[in-house]
Amino acid sequence: MSNKKKKKLSPTQQQYQVFAQAREPKRPVLLNSARAFLVGGIISTIGQFFQWIFVTYFGFTDVTASNPTVAVLIIIAALLTGLGVYDHLAQWAGAGTIVPVTGFANTMAASAIEHRTEGFVLGVGGNMFKVAGPVITYGVFAAFVIAIIKLIITALGGI
Amino acid sequence: MEQFLYAFLVGGGICVIGQLLMDVGKLTPAHTTVTLVVTGAVMGGLGLYEPLIKFAGAGASVPISSFGNALVKGALSEAERTGIVGVLTGIFEVTSAGISAAIIFGFLAALIFKPKG
Repeated sequence: MSNKKKKKLSPTQQQYQVFAQAREPKRPVLLNSARAFLVGGIISTIGQFFQWIFVTYFGFTDVTASNPTVAVLIIIAALLTGLGVYDHLAQWAGAGTIVPVTGFANTMAASAIEHRTEGFVLGVGGNMFKVAGPVITYGVFAAFVIAIIKLIITALGGI
Repeated sequence: MEQFLYAFLVGGGICVIGQLLMDVGKLTPAHTTVTLVVTGAVMGGLGLYEPLIKFAGAGASVPISSFGNALVKGALSEAERTGIVGVLTGIFEVTSAGISAAIIFGFLAALIFKPKG
């Protein structure tokens, strides 16, 4: 709980917060990190494998191959999400499945499938970006600001 | 062949950073991915992310941080060609494949699969 919220609580509530925090199960940070490292590393290695295929057999360069590679990983992630496999894996691997681009595809496919009962326009269409939206919003805004700053620095003859 | 090893190590390493943000920093998964994307964008602006991709290949281009880098890269390269408006028109240039694929196949998944539970 944030400090701001804490100040509004009554003394009894504050005591409870301390009490609850002491009894909160400790997160196994080392184990979680090891799992994240293993699964994240494997997903990246699979990506590297596809990249190698695109470079070797389809005439892409190392730079251009990353686009089709990401697309293939996203297709696989959407399929595994639909089959219910990805979410099982995510429970075990934590950030290992959230951080790779497959996690991004997973959140989109999962929210689309989950809200299907609310209809295809408002349910699927409206909720698809519910979880994935923050990444796009903050990514685009940060990229915009950074690009403008860099252009100004270049225009002023800097670095 | 060592490219695969570097991809494994760097890709896994970035995921460990994400896991630490969640476990030690107590961030939600959404906050974690947003942090990584913005970090990737900043690194892209400083010119630090491209060397990482050259070194680790998919190890750097598969984690979501490369999304931030690709947005900056698209905006800057289009701005170089067409001037300041290029920042707007180019921002999705590199990432378009990923976002389109996620929308199309997310939608197809919703057509085919029914929610569980």
